Amino acid sequence: MLGRVLLRALRVVSLVVAVVVGSFWLMSASPVDPVQAYVGADAASIGSEQREQIAERWGLNDPPLERFAAWAGNVFTGDLGQSQIYGEPVVVVLADRAAASLALMTTAWVLSGVFGFAMGLLAGMRAGTWVDRALSWWAYLLASAPTFWVGLLLLYVFSVALGWTPVGGAVPTGTLPGEASLLERVHHLLLPAATLSLIGVAPVLLHTRQAVVEVMASDYVAFARSQGEQPFGLVLHRVLRNAAAPAVVLQFASIGELFGGSLLAEQVFTYPGLGEATTQAALRQDVPLLLGIAMVTALIVLTGNAFGRVVHHAVDPRASVLA
Amino acid sequence: MSTAAVPVLEVADLRVSFVQYERGLRRRVIDAVLGMDLTVHPGEVVALVGASGAGKSLLGHAVLSLLPPNARCSGVVRHLGRELDVSARRELAGHEVVLLPQGVSALDPTTSVGGQVRRAARLADAPNARAAARGALVRRGLDETVDRRYPHQLSGGMARRVIGAIAGMGHPSLVIADEPTPGLHPTAVTEALAGLRRLADDGAGVVLITHELRGAIAVADRVVVAHRGRTVDEAPVADFAGTGGRLTHPYTRALWQALPGHGFTVPSVPVPDLEVS
Repeated sequence: MLGRVLLRALRVVSLVVAVVVGSFWLMSASPVDPVQAYVGADAASIGSEQREQIAERWGLNDPPLERFAAWAGNVFTGDLGQSQIYGEPVVVVLADRAAASLALMTTAWVLSGVFGFAMGLLAGMRAGTWVDRALSWWAYLLASAPTFWVGLLLLYVFSVALGWTPVGGAVPTGTLPGEASLLERVHHLLLPAATLSLIGVAPVLLHTRQAVVEVMASDYVAFARSQGEQPFGLVLHRVLRNAAAPAVVLQFASIGELFGGSLLAEQVFTYPGLGEATTQAALRQDVPLLLGIAMVTALIVLTGNAFGRVVHHAVDPRASVLA
Repeated sequence: MSTAAVPVLEVADLRVSFVQYERGLRRRVIDAVLGMDLTVHPGEVVALVGASGAGKSLLGHAVLSLLPPNARCSGVVRHLGRELDVSARRELAGHEVVLLPQGVSALDPTTSVGGQVRRAARLADAPNARAAARGALVRRGLDETVDRRYPHQLSGGMARRVIGAIAGMGHPSLVIADEPTPGLHPTAVTEALAGLRRLADDGAGVVLITHELRGAIAVADRVVVAHRGRTVDEAPVADFAGTGGRLTHPYTRALWQALPGHGFTVPSVPVPDLEVS
């Protein structure tokens, strides 16, 4: 038991290390010049001496291995470094951005899980009917639609044509984040969350549908029906838990995909969350920020998977938490 | 066996077909059962024997109204002389008529044994479901620790006793045992079949649906043979002897002679303390 816990912990640590090393290697192989990306439009007014000073201050002249060792050493003391593009400690940037993204991703995660499961249950119970066909087709359509495209479509319909929702941002233009009311925040959250939920519904729906079809064809459902169990009782007592396992595992495992999706959705809706910071960090060679994001994302995904195992075990006693 | 009593089950000219939609909207009707007749008296075990795909399981499902939505079913089903339409069959399911599966796959893997037996007691309208469930398990020698277990934590014998407890909850007058023996250890087969015999001796009618003629002969009073959707022959167990000279129907005789050794003798069934009742 203890051995398996330790093994699992070792796996988590090694995965995080691999993610960080991989990201760093990719960043050092990138052709983008961080100083050039940092000064941007001011390039003309900045001399080569000043560039050299920036590079020296950021330690860009040191060999990559030395830079990585310095960064890793600091991480162990709890210092994730300074973001080059925001001029703030990485921890502060991460906390700010994560708070905005958390609201978005949690909403999308819960909505896609609940609606996906409910619709999958309906499609599975009515397998072969037009309800099932309509839901399945809809799910296939969404599963094959790119996130940014769905986002643009919603933006066009609800923000441009109907004018019901804002076109971007987390708060109204000209308002400081601290001053916006809850209602304004929710208003700005609507479309990005709807985009991510819509996309997230599809896999949960299709997997749940398949699970329900299999459960309905099982011996134990036939036996329950032969005892006089009616459809409602059947769903409540026999189908729900048995069909929940794939949805639960999928939903917890999809946290990683949710990050990817929010990256695109936040870009489309100019929503200042973790996804948007990731794009900026990557485009402008902000190595400390990107490594921080990679590390935190990996940890969140791995934690999500661990939770998935626990919940899976709670739903289905045959599933093992470890191993 | 008194054949003068009112049969607990009478099936006459049962037909089952399935409607399928192929690519597009092309409709296809598959006739699975083309005319089956079966009569079971109280206290009798009738084996319905046939190869896979003969449609014998569908008879059981039709009687219990377990057919899928795309199935069409016609013919007469009578229980104690009363003709049953689909809704009446559904009402009797779990009370008067029960399905008796054998494998652990008949138990919900995600619900504890106690939970499943209590649910069955509630469905059978037991006044005190908790007590009824406990009582049914105690009578089968299963103590409280079994209540909290999940099906995957049961041995094969325990699972059969739990299934027996669930099926017997409504004090059924008709038990339909669908393929109770495949994949079982020989002693487990004997035990399962003996359990069916005990049910019949207690007064219920039993339909044993199986493709294993040998087991059927060991326990049944009569054997009804199904072939390609029809019941083609009915013979008393005594006729299955020697080289099958007393069997009149060629298919039945072929089934009998296909067993190892024409001079195959029917083993006497020891009746151990029963697990299924």
